[in-house]
Amino acid sequence: MSAKAVSCTIKSPVALQIGDASVNVTSIQEISIKNYYTVYLTVCLQRREDGSAKWVTCLRNYCLMSNPNAEAGSHDYFSIYRQQSFLLYLGFEMLLEPDNVTTGRLFCYCYLKDSERGVPVWLSPLTPVEEPLDLNGLPDPETVSSSIQQMWALTEIIQASQTAASIGRFDVEGSYDVKLLSHP
Amino acid sequence: MLDESAELSVSITQIVQRLKGTHLHSQLEKQAKECLHKPEIKLETLKDDVRRLLKASGWERKLQNAVYRELHILPPPRHPRAPPEHTKEPLAYMRKAQVNWEKRILKSLNSMCTELGIPLARKRPVPEQNELTNKWNEMGTDEPDLSKFRPVYAPKDFLEVLVGLKNPNNERSEDLTVRSHWGLIQVSLNVRDIPQTREMYPELGLTYGQLGIDDHTHVPPDLFESEHIHIGKKVVSEHDSAAAQQYSRQGCPTGLRAQLWSLILNTTDDPEAITHYEQLKARVIHHDLLVDNLIYKDVKLTASNDDYYFVFEDYLYQVLLCFSRDTAVLEHFNYNCATPPKSCIQSKSGSEQCAVVYPPNGVIPFHGFSMYVAPLCFLYNEPSKLYSVFREMYIRYFFRLHSVSSHPSGIVSLCLQFERLLQTHLPQLFYHLREIGAQPLRIAFKWIVRAFSGYLSTDQLLLLWDRILGYDSLEIVAVLAAAVFAFRAENLMEVTSLASAEAVLADLSTLKVMPLLQIFLFATSV
Repeated sequence: MSAKAVSCTIKSPVALQIGDASVNVTSIQEISIKNYYTVYLTVCLQRREDGSAKWVTCLRNYCLMSNPNAEAGSHDYFSIYRQQSFLLYLGFEMLLEPDNVTTGRLFCYCYLKDSERGVPVWLSPLTPVEEPLDLNGLPDPETVSSSIQQMWALTEIIQASQTAASIGRFDVEGSYDVKLLSHP
Repeated sequence: MLDESAELSVSITQIVQRLKGTHLHSQLEKQAKECLHKPEIKLETLKDDVRRLLKASGWERKLQNAVYRELHILPPPRHPRAPPEHTKEPLAYMRKAQVNWEKRILKSLNSMCTELGIPLARKRPVPEQNELTNKWNEMGTDEPDLSKFRPVYAPKDFLEVLVGLKNPNNERSEDLTVRSHWGLIQVSLNVRDIPQTREMYPELGLTYGQLGIDDHTHVPPDLFESEHIHIGKKVVSEHDSAAAQQYSRQGCPTGLRAQLWSLILNTTDDPEAITHYEQLKARVIHHDLLVDNLIYKDVKLTASNDDYYFVFEDYLYQVLLCFSRDTAVLEHFNYNCATPPKSCIQSKSGSEQCAVVYPPNGVIPFHGFSMYVAPLCFLYNEPSKLYSVFREMYIRYFFRLHSVSSHPSGIVSLCLQFERLLQTHLPQLFYHLREIGAQPLRIAFKWIVRAFSGYLSTDQLLLLWDRILGYDSLEIVAVLAAAVFAFRAENLMEVTSLASAEAVLADLSTLKVMPLLQIFLFATSV
């Protein structure tokens, strides 16, 4: 059986410029992404070391969708943390310290629907588009990561307390003259 | 993978928050205070002594059961950046489909109310309130004119919505490949195949005793039944929810089932539950809702026509009318991606517009809804008890059968699992039925949506629902649907039309569910 060529589109990547271009040094504590049908993720960071810029892989082939042919994980939120102790929400440890970082690249691997055709299509790096990572208004990452568990517990309490009280009554001052229904 | 200690601390905080301010909380405080008067309490070991006494008097067990219940309905853990609707349903296209479906239902309800000139809600005049109070126990004797009311939707309308679900990221080519969907459901969710289902349901295996198989008259009771009943009595006396849930995987003895289900669902005979039910009854007396007529119509069309359930007609009204007015049911929208319908009403002072939910519990009944309650009437004859058990079963399981979601116990997953099981293990049958225009899901859907209520004989249905509770999952319903097709495969291979296929599968009242499930799961070569 002869192989059949399949047409595909290769999209240009979007490079993430981290921090101010004039200030070279940035430590990354967390990368958060919302997935859309990416199966595997590889994260590369460009570090400035001894005056030269070097690309290093800090996370390789992390699986976001356990079954590429099913929906699980396809729309989920993920976080990547630098420290082992904060593996949260499908987050995972970076292979090396993400310090002195200037630019990042996320390589997203997807599968074609019919796995008989096998080879995964992946985005290859072309000319990067400059896009600064917005850290404005965020507190110092060091203090945040050390108190993150407590913050989350607090957030959950606040959210839960909004719905915990059951009022019971459905009428308003004895009146329940419902006229027309609308979708909220 | 989730960090377990972080997830645990969040769950603990949530559960503590939910239990704070409940009746159980105040009872525990009261009991702890009473413990202080006891001579065996010492100041140096106060905390441990009080704990010990609470454990000995059974209060620790009650707390354990309450925590266990909360775990069943705890929403899944949230990523801090995920909005709440994402946690309820991560797939955007399913959320959209649910919203569109809800809008259609609302439109239908609004037009019904406009056409008939009947308000969605009205306060009953006092004479009418008195009349209803007097005939509360015999509402079935009423023969109101329901001809102008029509059900808001029937299961087959909902099936069309599910068939139309498409993943926008998936470009469907026209040619059939190995992985094409032969069935009606066109989305790819992770559903269990037979080997995985065997792992999930090991107690249904051939080496375990089962009620529904090993309690047959020709099997000596000392082989399994006597011992199982003995253990069941122990579980009931221990008042342990988790143990009851594990126990019911092998079936509940008829004499113990009511208590066991009540334990599993943590419904109590507290005065609090009875008061709550009486409050709901008072609300039914005071306000008349349009959905009441839908309930009347549904009961008259389904349960009243059923040989097993017509005797319970009055109970069904007493439960369902109260259910519509129970705002506590709104809590389940914390983990259900459906949205309750709303309306704006003017406050009496006229100063402001307030948003209210309609009906008060946010659930619009559809054709066949009363069949979720009917089988429970065999277990509970006390209305407040019957009500509590039904409500808990609805907010844990039944709501998933009529809303669009990707949850493993959701109707979409169940339908897909049914089709996949059939396609994998009876491909010839599936292909044949498809060729004659009898897609298997078109026949099985009505069974799945009602969790087989009204299709199986009651004793068999209760054995099935034992396992739904025991495994905390509706997947068994999908597996049974496939097992039924497997059982009647020979006859189905002979038919040449949808109508004849439906005729072969019209009467399930003679089926024995446990042998069918066991054969399909454990005696099928994979």
